[in-house]
Amino acid sequence: MTRSEFLTKYGFMAAAIISAAVPLAIFIFMALLGYPILTSGRLFGTLLGAWDPIHQSYGILPMIIGTFILAILAVAAAFPVCLGCAALVSDAAPGPVGRFLHGVVRMMTGIPTVVYGFVGIFLLVPLIREAFGGGSGFSLLTAALMLALLVSPTMILLFCDSFGRVTHTYRQAAAALGATTAQQFLFVVLPQARNGILAGVLLGLGRALGDTLIALMLAGNAVAFPDHVFDSARTLTAHIALIIAADFDSPEFRTLFLCGLTLYVLTTLLVLGVRLTMRLPGRRP
Amino acid sequence: MLYKSLKTLVILSFLISLLFFVSMPASLADPLAAFEGMKGEIKISGGTAHIPVMKAAAKAIMTANPEVRISIAGGGSGVGIKQVGEGLVDIGNSGRQPTEGEVSKYGLKMFKWAIDGVAVVAHPQNGVKALTESQLKEIFSGKISNWQRIGGPDKAINLYTRDAASGTREVFWTKALGKGEIFDKANVVVSNGAMKAAISNDPYGIGYVSVGHIDDSVSAVALDGVAPTMERVVSGDYPVARGLFSNTKGDPGPLAQAFLDFLFSPVGQAIVRDRGFIPVK
Repeated sequence: MTRSEFLTKYGFMAAAIISAAVPLAIFIFMALLGYPILTSGRLFGTLLGAWDPIHQSYGILPMIIGTFILAILAVAAAFPVCLGCAALVSDAAPGPVGRFLHGVVRMMTGIPTVVYGFVGIFLLVPLIREAFGGGSGFSLLTAALMLALLVSPTMILLFCDSFGRVTHTYRQAAAALGATTAQQFLFVVLPQARNGILAGVLLGLGRALGDTLIALMLAGNAVAFPDHVFDSARTLTAHIALIIAADFDSPEFRTLFLCGLTLYVLTTLLVLGVRLTMRLPGRRP
Repeated sequence: MLYKSLKTLVILSFLISLLFFVSMPASLADPLAAFEGMKGEIKISGGTAHIPVMKAAAKAIMTANPEVRISIAGGGSGVGIKQVGEGLVDIGNSGRQPTEGEVSKYGLKMFKWAIDGVAVVAHPQNGVKALTESQLKEIFSGKISNWQRIGGPDKAINLYTRDAASGTREVFWTKALGKGEIFDKANVVVSNGAMKAAISNDPYGIGYVSVGHIDDSVSAVALDGVAPTMERVVSGDYPVARGLFSNTKGDPGPLAQAFLDFLFSPVGQAIVRDRGFIPVK
């Protein structure tokens, strides 16, 4: 083995080991710091209780529920729009229009979330307040709509990729049978791209779960269980941001590691889900 | 001031632009002279009530001496104390006196350069301009949930409160609410600026901000017949008041010391008064 081969091999191996070790180290770190809660017999009280520090109750269930509702609402709102947009970009409008839209979507991936939050406060919050009466406008729905905008580039690009991967001869065969472009898309491309679409949805869900700023700025951050989508609610990420300044030794601060662990486990499960769907055998028409 | 809401995760520090400002007239007693020949950076974070004064002071100092750079971040009093204690910033601001535990743990030195009131605020178009203390407690605990019960329109009250790191919340909760309950459906915002933005946009909202942040976009509500003006805070009639502190870990370094001296100088104290706070000298 020459010197450069040796360097390349071990250099890359070191890089791979480090990048694999960091997430693992983070997990171990959080598990260690969250250990007092995990073993104190208060795990279920903390996971399933309400947040009421004045009465020594530090439950994070409202935040877990808020996180889930928000992420699912956001992806549900984004899904039809993203599917349509991806279909337009990769199928219905190829050529300059499609390329232009594709460029716009790619540019959207780079917009910082604080910009969305900022726009949401001044445009969307008053709109929701006026349109749906009652409530302050800071609500799950407001945050979900803005979050839908945030996750859509991820979803659209993944959808486009999966449409592009559909074997071209299948479409040609369908065309030869007299299928119109729309029919080809509906009956050949969509079923073939099913796994890619699922992966896009799961990745979108992951982004929605992990985002902090939009929820922090728009969802209202109330610690109560949300009753409906116009209610103010708090997500795990926003909760971490709001509590992190508390005293290191306080019980509030200790529950943060449980929030972190919960988020970590949820995200890991989603990534595993994406991997599995990518590996599923595609359906043959 | 525009909306700024970023917590420790994403601390938005902005350097104040040096443009557009004529340098202050130099004289022998000029407190800015202390910065002559100095260079480097002063990092400041913490209390969001402090920010208007910090920005004005930084502008004056950086205009006089462009070699000194001052960065100002928010985060809340808890963040300020923590970050200065951990050595992440040179000056950590807090809108409450650091606790004995915090002082001994980090070896903090406190500098109180202004007094500030915490006022209940509502939308300017809201007809409710005065509340009693018991009404206020019932509003914030969620027992009064409609403006009609306190002489307003038949609309639900939208409550706004601050996060755990807020010194403003600490003072309001202790002195105005008597450590009473804060309704768990209340919206939580993360800075004085964010509170002002939220209330000025919500005709049926009620919240509380540092008196120095009150302007035409929100209307201050009198408490037990006492309006939260500078005069009434000075005289002690308005009880919901606190000191504004800048804290350093141990003795401040030369730059931080010069900055603090500037705050206590006549020019600095004039900025304090100009921004709606009560100077200590």
